Amino acid sequence: MSEHHKETFLTKYIFSLDHKMIAKQFLITGMFMGVVGMLMSILFRLQLSNPGESFAVLEFFLGEKWAPGGVLDPNIYLALVTMHGTILIFWVLTAGLTGTFANFLIPLQIGARDMASAFMNMLSYWFFFAATIVLLCSLFVESGPAAAGWTIYPPLSALPQAIPGSGLGQDLWLIAITLFVVSSLLGGLNYIVTILNMRTKGMTMSRLPLTIWALLIVAILGVLSFPVLLSCALLLIFDRSFGTSFYLSDIIINGEALHNTGGSPILFEHLFWFLGHPEVYIILLPALGIVSEVISVNSRKPIFGYKAMVGALILIAFLSFVVWGHHMFITGMDPFLGSVFTFTTLLIAIPSAVKVFNYLATLWRANIRFTPAMLFAIGFVSTFITGGLTGIILGDSALDINVHDTYFVVGHFHIVMGLSAIYGMLAGVYHWFPKMYGRMMNKKLGYFHFWVTFISAYGVFFPMHFLGLAGLPRRYYTNSAFPMFDGLSDINEIITFFAIVGGLVQLLFIFNFFYSIFKGTKATENPWGSNTLEWTTPVERIHGNWPGEIPTVERWAYDYSKPGAEEDFVPQNVPLKEGETEH
Amino acid sequence: MMSILVGLIILLSVIVLVQILRVNELVSEVKDQDPNEITDKDNNIQGILTFSIFGVLFLGFVIWQFKYWGVHILPPASSLHGATIDTLMNFTLGVILFVFFLTQPILAWFSLKYRGRKNAVAYYYPHNNKLEIIWTVVPTLVLTPLIIYGLNVWNDITSADTSNSKVIELYAKQFNWTARYAGDDNTLGKANYKLVEGLNVLGVDMEDDTAQDDIVTREVHLVVDKPVLLKMRSQDVIHSAFLPHFRVQMNCVPGMTTQFGFTPTQTTAEMKEQEGEDFDFVLLCNKICGAAHYNMKMKFIVETQEEYDAWIASQETLKNSLTLN
Repeated sequence: MSEHHKETFLTKYIFSLDHKMIAKQFLITGMFMGVVGMLMSILFRLQLSNPGESFAVLEFFLGEKWAPGGVLDPNIYLALVTMHGTILIFWVLTAGLTGTFANFLIPLQIGARDMASAFMNMLSYWFFFAATIVLLCSLFVESGPAAAGWTIYPPLSALPQAIPGSGLGQDLWLIAITLFVVSSLLGGLNYIVTILNMRTKGMTMSRLPLTIWALLIVAILGVLSFPVLLSCALLLIFDRSFGTSFYLSDIIINGEALHNTGGSPILFEHLFWFLGHPEVYIILLPALGIVSEVISVNSRKPIFGYKAMVGALILIAFLSFVVWGHHMFITGMDPFLGSVFTFTTLLIAIPSAVKVFNYLATLWRANIRFTPAMLFAIGFVSTFITGGLTGIILGDSALDINVHDTYFVVGHFHIVMGLSAIYGMLAGVYHWFPKMYGRMMNKKLGYFHFWVTFISAYGVFFPMHFLGLAGLPRRYYTNSAFPMFDGLSDINEIITFFAIVGGLVQLLFIFNFFYSIFKGTKATENPWGSNTLEWTTPVERIHGNWPGEIPTVERWAYDYSKPGAEEDFVPQNVPLKEGETEH
Repeated sequence: MMSILVGLIILLSVIVLVQILRVNELVSEVKDQDPNEITDKDNNIQGILTFSIFGVLFLGFVIWQFKYWGVHILPPASSLHGATIDTLMNFTLGVILFVFFLTQPILAWFSLKYRGRKNAVAYYYPHNNKLEIIWTVVPTLVLTPLIIYGLNVWNDITSADTSNSKVIELYAKQFNWTARYAGDDNTLGKANYKLVEGLNVLGVDMEDDTAQDDIVTREVHLVVDKPVLLKMRSQDVIHSAFLPHFRVQMNCVPGMTTQFGFTPTQTTAEMKEQEGEDFDFVLLCNKICGAAHYNMKMKFIVETQEEYDAWIASQETLKNSLTLN
């Protein structure tokens, strides 16, 4: 593996063992799924702002059966919401984000020729690919895809009689997620081993770029929590297909009394959220890592408080394992447990605040270069603040009583986890595109993409807080059954308008992405003046990353604008000068 | 229809824009410039844009929303604990908005102030332990009262004494609610899902002594200022009993009973005067439960003791309706 070898089309693009190619496979699959998930959200937004109205676009995509006369069917509305959540959370923001940047950056930034096990890495992508195919197939089954919400709470998800989506669609969903967990474990173990064992000479843990710290912690979170999701899903498969009663008890459905007794849906919720909450940070932490790197490089300043940043990451990750109950305050869980989870949940605000202040301190007296990546990174700080703050309301059990499962929650998590992670991902794509494809993305399109995205994203998700505080439940096909919500229709129209605008502009990004792969201006080796090791590799992609010896690391990654240096950056492989201290 | 048209117009303008940008790229190639290099001009424009859009447009939009949509925040609280939740909410919102309007403008301002120039050099400032301790300690100090206050309110709500509360059962199924009053003994008769049959929709065990005076209804009447204890059950999937005006929400889980106690403080008649003739207290389902989830509701009526007594006296006990029919 240590040197570049001859490749055929098949080994180069399809069954590639090269971590950089695998990263691109994850990225492009993730982007494709992102478009699918986004389109779904626009379809159901049309119904929410114009309930019961006929839209040709609905009939075009969903057909006469699921959108008779262009009006969305209520079961399919729930299916779209479910698949939108599943796709965005798992396929785009877990695999698309971590899969892309862990694969691409880990070997390049720590100075390794490839992953510890390149074969396992390839397997990880192909399990993900299989999961994708199964999930997409579920969109085409007779009874429709899974429709019990992305959290698939039983008994709704266990009983095909309760909702059509819980038939074959739910089976395929469970198979897809099982394949997905396998993919994510293969990837995660590989990332951990690679980071711990394959760092180049001089790359001590305290010199690791923050991206790698974030990806390491994410991999550990994933390896610890995904197996719990798998067991949770397996028990559900047993309940669905083999007559067990882990989650089912005392049920009459369609007039038929089921034999199941003694099970508890609450057990499912505990198992699910034991993954589900760390999952939120599995999504968020890579974005925090990417943003730290992008802000530092483009501020031409070291990231402020490197050690505090690492400490905050570790603390957030640790706390993420002891807060899952805040999703369950009103499920009938013991109220004392609610108090404990309120306490641990609100603690997360402390390391998060430290991160925000450190970002602000990094921007202070900087020399900011506004690349599109930098704009997305600054946008990330804004959404991280906004969404983090509303979390203080939801994490407080007493306040949660009235906003639980309302649009307030939808607004909160879309801003703090959805937007922040997407911004982090887009910042990463713009920033590392030159290293991925050897060409630059169009700057002006990038600017345009950012500004329209930023404005429309807040236009979609900020007003949702008002819907939620008015008491409007999420996952309602329409709110016209309740006169108390009649005053909210103008808010819903504004949200849908911005959703369409924001959705369309992502197509512009995709255009820019593919246009630049082929027609973009040629990149130089280190176009951003970065310190990390990936920018010492040649523009031409080679398997093995460096044509000669792997560089050794002599300093940390953040020597930007260091007094006494000739340029405003000093790459990590440049030895310390006589009398120079590390930082 | 309107939104589709708007969507199409935007799509067209995007295509036009792409063409313009491609011409632009060609022009700069002719001029021998790198079209994708970030120039001082870019930094100026983007710095100013960041300030105007993050700092002025976005924050202005937030203020605008509070001004025009602020009325939607928290429908009037009509229960004892609801008022304490609202005070906690207002306090928390105040803290949150303060931090929001402190940090967002700093972000916007720094982006403008420190926009880059080719010859400028940033200030090498890797860390400052004192500052970092300050912004660890200050959020901790702000959070402490929030946590303590929040937990106090939560404990008051969940550990309230319910021994004198009138017991009412809420029974959820796809896609409607049924209520059961415990009758004079204030004890609900036992129930078993296997006993659900015909008119006995809740599966009440009629052999049980405490079940004899139970009354099953399709709407809930409450006496103003008298505590009630709602006990929830579900027949099929998880539902959630959500009463936004009373600040009450609790999941209904098949196989177990959950509960929530509260005291209504305003009658429906009073609320109609305040909010208009159409007003009604309403019970919603707030956990995804199937196709008609959005339409699963039941009316709650809060009234005076006399009105309530008259209403309950007119209701048939379950026992009678089972034997009569």
